[in-house]
Amino acid sequence: MRFDNVSLRYGSGPDVLQDVSFYLDPGSFHFLTGQSGAGKTSLLSLLYLARRPSRGAVQMFGTDVSSAPRDALPALRRRIGVVFQEFRLLDHLSTLDNVALPLRVAGVSESEIQRHVPELLNWVGLSRHLHATPPTLSGGQKQRVAIARAVINRPDLLVADEPTGSVDDRTATRLMHLFMELNRLGTTVLIATHNEGLVRKFPFERLHLEQGQVSVLPPLSGWGTSDGLFSGGSSLSDLEDL
Amino acid sequence: MARFLRSDLPIAADPGNRFLPLLVAAMVFLATLALAGALGLQDMTTRWRGAMTGTLTVQVPPVAGESAADTAARVERVVRLMVSLPDVAAASAVADDQLVQMLQPWLGSDVLITDLPVPRLVDVTLKNEAVTGLDAMLARVRDVAPGALIDDHRVWLARLIALADGIRLLAWAILGLVGVATTAAVVYATRSGLAVHRPHIEVLHLIGATDGYVARQFARRALVHGLIGGLSGFILAVPALVGLLILLAPLEGGLVPVLSPVPVHFLGLALLPVFAGAVVMMTAYRTVRRQLARML
Repeated sequence: MRFDNVSLRYGSGPDVLQDVSFYLDPGSFHFLTGQSGAGKTSLLSLLYLARRPSRGAVQMFGTDVSSAPRDALPALRRRIGVVFQEFRLLDHLSTLDNVALPLRVAGVSESEIQRHVPELLNWVGLSRHLHATPPTLSGGQKQRVAIARAVINRPDLLVADEPTGSVDDRTATRLMHLFMELNRLGTTVLIATHNEGLVRKFPFERLHLEQGQVSVLPPLSGWGTSDGLFSGGSSLSDLEDL
Repeated sequence: MARFLRSDLPIAADPGNRFLPLLVAAMVFLATLALAGALGLQDMTTRWRGAMTGTLTVQVPPVAGESAADTAARVERVVRLMVSLPDVAAASAVADDQLVQMLQPWLGSDVLITDLPVPRLVDVTLKNEAVTGLDAMLARVRDVAPGALIDDHRVWLARLIALADGIRLLAWAILGLVGVATTAAVVYATRSGLAVHRPHIEVLHLIGATDGYVARQFARRALVHGLIGGLSGFILAVPALVGLLILLAPLEGGLVPVLSPVPVHFLGLALLPVFAGAVVMMTAYRTVRRQLARML
């Protein structure tokens, strides 16, 4: 993923992002930090192809998405998992159907869907809520449904916008474990957060946004400074009680 | 059916679901009547044209003081003459009771035809549709029956056909109008549905759904609504058509043929609900594709 002098503005307003340039190595893990209103969500929207830049070039998986034809975008989007800040689950669908969406869109058979989706939901501790609809779930449960939907098709890039914004620190830490598990499987991960405490616990580089411009900063913490969080004591099945 | 209608979007709860089948039913009802009228009139005017070009009527005027036997002999001479002509396939005198029947609406049933100075008629069927030398034929007829007239029905049948053609065009125009109105209603209902479900559609797009994937979900639902509405409208139209045929039945056997059921027409009418379903489905699909093309 490469941004070259990318700027973004909404309508005729001022630039939200100005000449942003950075590169994400495949398989890397980054935080995206910055004050509220710094443009994190805007930058993420460029990454998950909800917008095209006003200027500059965005390269995704070897394709310049700023000029790619519209009908080339769905295939690229299927390689990206997104956890939206407000989850954006479909309230009329069950947990299972929400998570199955990326597979159905990709044309995966129903038998495969019925095999893989319950397995993943079990993995994230939602095996007892397969047929529950989002309005009946707690905030933490919705978050895990959103995450499961983002990862069900093993994306090449996972983009999460404040994925720990509405949960307590313990839950946030456990969700971070999930993202790291995925990262270990080869997925490039970018987590937008303004939770400095969380960033301090994990040894990942930061893309820091300030006044519409990005700078790459070193980790605030290294391995071993995270209060034993990576000592292997927590497993994804512990999420059941979130 | 449940799998066919499975949708990622909550379109089953759209308000348009209630009125669309109702609207399609009304439109198919009108379309069935209009198409039946257009096809029936087409068939009827074709037969009228055949009747107009293939027949003649010779009017043999009464002669004051002539006996019934002399009149009959004069008519018989005209018949023999007509049969001898090369263009004529058959000729026969219209019987007195038939004349009485024709005059009945104006003079009642007690009339004695021999007491009235009405012309006797000879029905002539021609070998070819167009007869050459109608004036020459008339001159020969007048040799045996002075004052006779030949009526080839051209004038009044032409007027009747013009009227029927006008009504037939009107029926096709109604069909077109029904089609346009149905299409417009489906476009409106689909756009409303798209506006309501825009947030959901954005999510589908962002996880990689193509426009076709989204459009097919609308199209499948529209097809079912179109078929339900179409069948309902057709079922309602059948008794109306049967009623019309019953009303027209007494007119059959008059001077000109009227509407008569043709099996292929019934087949065409029975296909209307399927056609309506297909139109509604295609309209919904194309509307969704066109609207989604404006999104990223």
